[in-house]
Amino acid sequence: MIVLELFLEFALLSFVAFGGATALLPEMHRVVVENHHWLDDTTFTHLYAIAQAAPGPNVLVVTLIGWKVAGLAGALAATLAMCLPMSMLIYLLIERWESFAGKRWQKAVSLGVAPLAVGLVFSGATLIAQAAGFGWVAWLLVAATVLLNLRTKLHPLWLIGAGAGLGLLGWL
Amino acid sequence: MPNRPNSGSKAEPEAILAETHHAPQNRPDLRALFLGFSSVGLSGFGGVLPFARRMLVEERRWMTADEFNTQLGLCQFLPGPNVINLAVLVGKRYQGLSGAIVAPVGLLAGPLLIVLLLALLYDRYGSLPLAQSMLRGVAAAGCGLLFAMAWRMGMAIKDKAAFLPFTVLVIAAIAWLRWPMPAVMIAGLLLSGSVAYWKLGRK
Repeated sequence: MIVLELFLEFALLSFVAFGGATALLPEMHRVVVENHHWLDDTTFTHLYAIAQAAPGPNVLVVTLIGWKVAGLAGALAATLAMCLPMSMLIYLLIERWESFAGKRWQKAVSLGVAPLAVGLVFSGATLIAQAAGFGWVAWLLVAATVLLNLRTKLHPLWLIGAGAGLGLLGWL
Repeated sequence: MPNRPNSGSKAEPEAILAETHHAPQNRPDLRALFLGFSSVGLSGFGGVLPFARRMLVEERRWMTADEFNTQLGLCQFLPGPNVINLAVLVGKRYQGLSGAIVAPVGLLAGPLLIVLLLALLYDRYGSLPLAQSMLRGVAAAGCGLLFAMAWRMGMAIKDKAAFLPFTVLVIAAIAWLRWPMPAVMIAGLLLSGSVAYWKLGRK
């Protein structure tokens, strides 16, 4: 029962998704590509690319993976698995959590999570690069995107569009 | 972190710009929650948080800037998709359980349909060489955006000497050694949380 398996795997991951769905890219890759062989490297990168080019929250990459693994049922199962567990917890525990505001251990948790989330997002980026097997021109594009995104106010969609254009020209 | 007990006296500059003076009077009903979050979901590319802020604080004034910062801070360090968790909180606040369901559903419904449509196109044309090379280019740009995001998040950490080593450890464990993430995160949180706890005690 592949849909159920997908749901359980992703629901488990949702509890460690510090930094959102982007931070989960390495782990989703492990589950979906390496452990279960539901997808190959190329498809995985393509799905990430599609999610980047579409509007909406980052979590939609999970929807696409679910779709490719098990169709519409897979798409819904993966999305729900990613969103539902923490949403329910946060719904039930928000008042209690707010009553801890300012406590030393609560501050320690929030300070402690931040550097881990940075590491996860960085790992997600290296994973995409590895899975896509970038050549040097692609790496130049990556570097240019990093610089332009950090140094200018250019809307990210332009960078995505430039990537698509260079790809279409067959440069990558 | 926006855990400021006396937030009135020391508001951040952006908070001052964005209407801290009047408390938000608008109390959205279910329809408004659905439509408001739909507009957020459909307008953001590569992350919708800035749009969520604009809708909630500036356009519809369902929250003050301070309230937004506090709630977002909470959602950002809890696991799971930040914006979804934020929608759940805003929905709960104004319409209880049904609000907590309607707001995230509104946020996701439109983008979900679009993404599924793109998935259909991909199933159909994804194997064409032209589509493959285009997606390759998009993936490269997307990869750059991720590196930039990691950089920005890293720069936002105040005590870099104490905490960035944990970033390096996570990268080594996840990207290089390929250790399973749940174990890495639990161990990492124990370590870096302990350091943070100790540092907080010394102040």
